[in-house]
Formats: sequence, structure tokens, C-alpha cells
Amino acid sequence: MALSRLIGSRLRDQRQGRGLLQSDVAARAGMSASYLNLIEHNRRRVSAQGLTRLAEVLGCTPDDLSGPDETGLTQDLRDGAIGTSAEIDRIDEFVLRFPGWAQAMAQLAGRVALAERTVAALNDRLDHDPYLSHTLHDLLSALSAVRSTAAILVETPDIEADWQARFYRNLHDDSERMARGAEALTAYLDGFEGGEAAQVGTPHEELDRWLAAQGWHLAGLEEGALDAVLADAETLQSTAARSMARAVVLRAAADVAALPMAQMQAAIGEFGPDPLRIAARLGADTLAVFRRIATLPGSVLGLVICDASGGLVFRKPAAGFAIPRFGASCPLWPLFTALRRPMTAVEQQVAVTGRAGPSRYLLRAYAQPVRPTHFGAPDMCDAAMLIQPVTTVPSDARQPFAVGTTCRICVQVDCEARREPSVLMGQKSGPVLGF
Amino acid sequence: MEQQVLLIEDEPNIAEAIRYLLTRAGFGVRWLSNGDQALADILANRTDLVILDLMLPGQSGLDVLKSVRAVAALAALPVIMLTAKGQARDREAAEHAGASLFMAKPFSNAAFLAAVQDLVTQ
Repeated sequence: MALSRLIGSRLRDQRQGRGLLQSDVAARAGMSASYLNLIEHNRRRVSAQGLTRLAEVLGCTPDDLSGPDETGLTQDLRDGAIGTSAEIDRIDEFVLRFPGWAQAMAQLAGRVALAERTVAALNDRLDHDPYLSHTLHDLLSALSAVRSTAAILVETPDIEADWQARFYRNLHDDSERMARGAEALTAYLDGFEGGEAAQVGTPHEELDRWLAAQGWHLAGLEEGALDAVLADAETLQSTAARSMARAVVLRAAADVAALPMAQMQAAIGEFGPDPLRIAARLGADTLAVFRRIATLPGSVLGLVICDASGGLVFRKPAAGFAIPRFGASCPLWPLFTALRRPMTAVEQQVAVTGRAGPSRYLLRAYAQPVRPTHFGAPDMCDAAMLIQPVTTVPSDARQPFAVGTTCRICVQVDCEARREPSVLMGQKSGPVLGF
Repeated sequence: MEQQVLLIEDEPNIAEAIRYLLTRAGFGVRWLSNGDQALADILANRTDLVILDLMLPGQSGLDVLKSVRAVAALAALPVIMLTAKGQARDREAAEHAGASLFMAKPFSNAAFLAAVQDLVTQ
């Protein structure tokens, strides 16, 4: 039997609870009162035979006295208390008297330590990531040149013509350089192209990486291998990510059962990736069709799903259309129009701000209430948005509507929906809503 | 006699703006785009102030500063360290190496000129 370090404290509690004197108990157990006193203060270990005798005297079982082994718990608490004024010498008493609080404190200390390690890792990345460091340095250098040059042009009315021409040219070159730097930084910070940038993060990010590694298609489900896919989901690191992955797998399995691959491929062949037509033809749940279209093997369509709060619960990016890793997304996405008008089809062609090259997308969004499972269930609603890259644009096509990824890194000046300034533009990013 | 400034900056457009500012303010300005010849240039020419970028190709700004401070005659030469990395660690490293002033980019021209005037008249 593993003997707890806190046997003495339990022994004292049992004895005092029965109103027995230390000397009486010691005598009946065949040991000296001074020795029992040392045991009760956890300064001497008691043998198995001694524990049995003491239990007999007290009318309890040896297990009542030995209890669980709290060595790990007390050590965790001790570690968590480093640098505080906690009464370390009374830690055993705390664990014995308040085991639930002690567990909670130890878990909290563990979480704080984990959070500190994560922050340190992120700081380390900011300091030592050569790509990030180089890009930021380049951006700040260009910004510095622009600021000094622009100030010279504004503050020197009698500037010589040749210098003026030279500074105008420099301004142009540096503004181009800043645009490239901002674009690179945007892609790095908020896109999934960042590679190693995604290695530290939330459970949601861990889930996203797991899905992305499989091309967002859980192939095993098509062959009925649900258990194998669930087992794979169990390999995720954090408990929260595993739990979220299980939910995603079970929902995907239901989608596969309702919308078999052959039916989906035939419907897409007939209608293209139009979720409403496919849902109507197959008599299927509309959001299930959204999910299925975006997660078929090799699908280039992105998909975001949000709950009634607008929080993104599923984030599959499309090439060039990044999804924010944290915080809220661009409020101009049709996803949120659909959320405000459930059961209404919302479709819009958009361009993503601050991106070079082709960036036109067809966004199709739809929201529907979540079917309640019982009376009194909360009133919930989910919205989904498919992100389809547009490769062929007719010459007479209308100008696409401009949307961003998230305000924090959006370069759209004077956006009426902006809720916070852009880190890329500072004060120039226009007024902020609601303040 | 006009005071002489050695500017060591690898960003040509920043260097151009600084040269223009200092020249209009009455300084003579020499410009190097890397730090490799900096010490030799200082030893060969009258220099009242050095403006030194932290991140340079070849020798870093810190290396240049250390080599300057290693020459006893240059121990009191004013040196402004410029950097696009404004972290406290860089500032501490620059100050430890003997920088007279540390300025993070982007800086305002007025503050920059005031700092230059202040250092050369000390």
C-alpha cells in the first residue's frame, strides 16, 4: 500500500473527531505518545502494521487513514506557489482539508504555467522568426523613408526641383514596397500559408491543422471506417481539440450518410457547386450540403460556419481568401447578412482588399435555425458561407464588392464597418464604429 | 567651419532624406551604405557625429560601434543609433555598446534634427 504523506494529518483528524487523547490512542496502539505526536505532524512515517493497529483503535480502516497519494498534488501546488507569500509549511494541511480547492489551485497553476510557456514561445517567434523579422524590418524601413521624405516635401516650400522630383520618385518606390510588405505580412499572420506560424495556438487552430493535413476530407468516412477516423481524432494534443474533432467527425459521418459521394458528384456535375439547388434536388439539409461541397476530395472551395454570435466554428480557407485565426472576421461578409436573415439565400461577388493578383470570389451564404432537441431548448442559428474563387471574369462584369479578412489587418480606407484601427494603417484606417 | 556627419545607412531612400535634412541644416554629410569602411573613414576624416543604422549588411551597427569605442580617441564621439527594431533589448545593447542616443524608425524629422543639434553642441 502506498502510504500518503498526509497520513499523520488524517490520523489526527480521526482521533480528534472521536474526542480521544493522543496518549490514550498511543498506549492502546502500543507506541509512545511522543512517537504518535511525530506521526500526527507528518514527521515520521508509520509502518503498515502500525497503521493497522491505529485504525483498529480509532475504529476505522487503514484506507481511511492512508487516503490517496497526494505527492504530485502537493508538488504542483508548491511549484505554483513559488514567488508568492503562500504558507508553504502548511501545504499538507491545505491539501487534506480542502482537497477540491487544492486540485483546482494546482490545475490553475498548471494552466498559468502553460500560458506563460505559450507566450514565451510566441515572443520567441516574434524575436527570432527570420521571415517575420525581415518582413517587419523591411516594412518599417520603407515607412521611415516615406515619413521623412513626405515631411521634407511638406515642410520645405522652397525645395529644389531636382530634389523634389527625386523625393517623389522615392515616395512612389517606398509606397510600393510597403504595399508588398503589408501583403506579405497579412498572408503570414492571418493566412494558413504561414506554415510554422500555425504551430502554437488554440485548440481550434489545432483542429484546423488536423483537418488541413487531410485536405479537409475525412476519407475514411466514405468507406464506413468511422472508428478509425475517431481514433485518429484522439491523437490531437489538447483535450478541447479532441472534443471538437470528435464532434466534427460525427457530423461529417452523418453528412456522408445523408449525401453519398456518388450523389454529390452527380449533383455537382449537373448544377455546379450550388448548395441550394443540390439541397433541393437531393432533399437534403442545406447546411449539410454546404459542408459536403467544401470537404469533397480536392475541393478548392472554402467554407466558414458561424454560430448565432457570429463566432466562426469552422474555417476552411480558399486560396487567397484567408480566415482570421482569432478575433472577429470582416463584418461585410455575406455570412453575416445571412445570419441576420435566416432561410434567405445571399450571394455576392467580392474582392479581398490588400491582395495582389486575382482575388475575386463568389460568396454564397445561408443561415438556418438549429433544430431544437426538446421544448425549452435555446433558440440557436447557424450560418455557412461557401467561398468559390472566380477564375473567369466577363469583361462587362460589375466591380466586385470589397471585403477584408479582419479589421486589424485590413487596408480598406474609410470602411464604414470598421470596428478597430488597422495595425497596418494606424490612424489612416478611418473612424471606428461605435466609439 | 561646418560640422561633419558620417551617415552609415543601407536604405538609400532613408539616407537620401537624412542627407538632405542635414545638408539644409548646415552640416557636411558623408554617406556609407555599409559598416565595413566606417572606422577607416572616421579615422581619416574629421567627424563630429556618426549616424549609424543597427542592421547593416556585413558588419552590423553594433560591431561598428564597438570598433569605434575601442579607439580611445573616439570614446566621446557622439553616435546616434537608428533601428527599425525598437525592442528594449536592442536599445540596451546599443546603449551598452556606447551609443549616445537610440532612435527607432520611423522618426520625425524635427525630433531627429533636434537630437543631432543637441549632440554636436554638447
